[in-house]
Amino acid sequence: MSQTLKNFGLFAVVALLIVLTGVMQSWGTALLILNMGLVSAVMSLGVNLQWGFAGLFNVGIMGFVALGGLATVLVAMPPTVDAWSAGGARVLAGLLTGAGVIVAAVLVRRRMAPSRLRGLLTVAILAGGFFLYRWVFDPGVAAVEAVNPAGTGYLGGLGLPILLSWPVGGLLAAGAAWIIGKAALGLRSDYLAIATLGIAEIILAVMKNEDWLSRGVKNVVGLPRPVPYEVDLQTDPGFIESAAGLGLDPVIASSLYIKLSYAGLFAVVLAVILVLAQLALASPWGRMMRAIRDDEVAAEAMGKDVTRRHLQIFILGSAVCGIAGAMMTTLDGQLIPTSYQPLRYTFLIWVMVIVGGSGNNFGAVLGGFLIWFLWVQVEPIGYWLMQVITTPLADGSALKEHLLGSAAHMRLLTMGLILLLVLRFSPRGLIPGK
Amino acid sequence: MIEFLNALVVLTNFVLVPAIAYGSQLALGALGVTLIYGILRFSNFAHGDTMAFGTMATILVTWWLQSLGLSLGPLPTALLALPVGILVCMALVLFTDRAVYRFYREQKAKPVILVIVSIGVMFVLNGLVRFVIGPGEQRFADGERFIITAREFRDWSGLSEGLALKTTQGITVVTAVIVVAALFWFLGRTRTGKSMRAYSDNEDLALLSGINPDRVVMVTWLIVAGLATIAGVLYGLDKTFKPFTYFQLLLPIFASAIVGGLGSPLGAIAGGFIIAFSEVTITYAWKKVLVYLLPDALEPSGLVQLLSTDYKFAVSFVILLIVLLFRPTGLFRGKSV
Repeated sequence: MSQTLKNFGLFAVVALLIVLTGVMQSWGTALLILNMGLVSAVMSLGVNLQWGFAGLFNVGIMGFVALGGLATVLVAMPPTVDAWSAGGARVLAGLLTGAGVIVAAVLVRRRMAPSRLRGLLTVAILAGGFFLYRWVFDPGVAAVEAVNPAGTGYLGGLGLPILLSWPVGGLLAAGAAWIIGKAALGLRSDYLAIATLGIAEIILAVMKNEDWLSRGVKNVVGLPRPVPYEVDLQTDPGFIESAAGLGLDPVIASSLYIKLSYAGLFAVVLAVILVLAQLALASPWGRMMRAIRDDEVAAEAMGKDVTRRHLQIFILGSAVCGIAGAMMTTLDGQLIPTSYQPLRYTFLIWVMVIVGGSGNNFGAVLGGFLIWFLWVQVEPIGYWLMQVITTPLADGSALKEHLLGSAAHMRLLTMGLILLLVLRFSPRGLIPGK
Repeated sequence: MIEFLNALVVLTNFVLVPAIAYGSQLALGALGVTLIYGILRFSNFAHGDTMAFGTMATILVTWWLQSLGLSLGPLPTALLALPVGILVCMALVLFTDRAVYRFYREQKAKPVILVIVSIGVMFVLNGLVRFVIGPGEQRFADGERFIITAREFRDWSGLSEGLALKTTQGITVVTAVIVVAALFWFLGRTRTGKSMRAYSDNEDLALLSGINPDRVVMVTWLIVAGLATIAGVLYGLDKTFKPFTYFQLLLPIFASAIVGGLGSPLGAIAGGFIIAFSEVTITYAWKKVLVYLLPDALEPSGLVQLLSTDYKFAVSFVILLIVLLFRPTGLFRGKSV
């Protein structure tokens, strides 16, 4: 009972912090924190699946989140008809050629007995296939990117409702996770870490360079929204009337209404994933996972296929991160590949999971909200702190300028300190797992 | 024949020289990672930021020396500041070991916990470096820019292609050779070095034979701080210093260490050069070389670049995957805990 009470109290504290932000700063800021807190909570649930349930160390979360973002573009943007007719078929053919080459190489390795001939043949297929692929692929890309490069210059999406991109983002992330898991699971734990770190950088490199796919660093802006636009609300007489009934200015009311709608959508996703994760944790499958986490050798002796189970949960956790990534890009309304930073999208999520309590879904959710709140608020607090510290210094002195200018970097320092302190003094987190 | 010589010069200028310099920098970085792995038995994610910290200290001292008007003539002033930078970095790693890592070592925590702890250290160092010197680019190379400029080489050889050798590239290779030789002498010949290797091979046996583990760990950190600072300063001199770039170096450095075999110093060096050469050759536009080598009829129309430069991380990663799939312990049979 006391544990439940304590957990409830912790969530109440975080809620209070967000409400305080609303009262002291503005309700818009508070709702922004709430929305990103919901998204962060979904991400940390995904990481908790991998780390808390199965003890898998994934530091490529940024990549899976970015794939979710890519999904929004591929699903929701209108197709660029001219680009499709210019080179769409050739691009697709190129991709199929590439896939075919890889399949051929794998088949050769599977079917032939190990010999020098097999090795040579594999290398020949891969090398020749690479040039064939570039020969088919490159002209298509050039044709697609030449179509109105300032406005589109990419193939566009399918023009479907953007909500559909959330599960698609999960699928894309799951696909990438399958490739990585196949190669790196079953080896030492650090190898998975390095491999995931690498795949995240590669996914980002692809998104920055393949302009035909999502315009690269030219960004995709103006993604369709699952909620109405503020401008439409402000001209809707019904809305103006109900806003006036609440004593609110229609401009402010419309912006709050939109943010609340997003919060509602995100809360539904978080609730569904949280319920599923809780059910999974309590199920025989969840017990098996924890048994594997606690003692792989014993579990293997009991006849459990450890590598296969690891692959399963690695894919599931990454898919959850992909869904969260799609949600986040939907909220932003634009895809900016250069905005993905590993410290923010991989390691910060890790801080959330560790601080919240690894192995406990509610802990992960709490950590998501709390750390996101701190991430946003440490900057103004740091600036204020620096102003207090530097009051004795004369105005315009170089040191004072430098300290005030650098206050923004307090964030990383604070997050690192929080992580180290929690690991040292409360290694099981705020809401420990069982 | 002239055509062939020209092709060779282009190749040396754009592929061999940069790759050797970059490979030396990676090898020094990977040596640090591999030593930590061998002795302390975890993958240190804070290594890139340790490099950044040591480099930052060196840059600050360099600026101070420059303001005093001191310099090394044709050599960069940073070489004069390097020992101070190494000392500052040593103080830092000894402090983090005492304040952070020692607790977990005494608890005999699992390696993956230590990795997460090192992520915490990485955050703090990253924040610290940005706090002190800012997130922007810093150039601190001074002195003579070139050992041989392209023009001088053309005049001397009479070829139509030039070969430029930057001072920083020369310094990188010379320093790397000296440092690696000293390190191998230390590990192979001195008593402390031998006790480090014994500790790395079999901890229990080493403890039984009276090796002091605290001393081994301390010496390891000191060497790693030295290697990290030297690697960081050389990279910064050769290219430019930017905190985020150093964080990103983590991937090629880890790839080098794993490809060579984690825990094997020789492997780390080999891995560094393998990664560097593959990155440079695969992202280099080969047109200029081929124009000299092939008959006119076969001259390529495109750039003949296998992958665009932005994919250089993909190269380290693919090599890493291949090694993981076919030889998980690395080329030099590293250890696996």
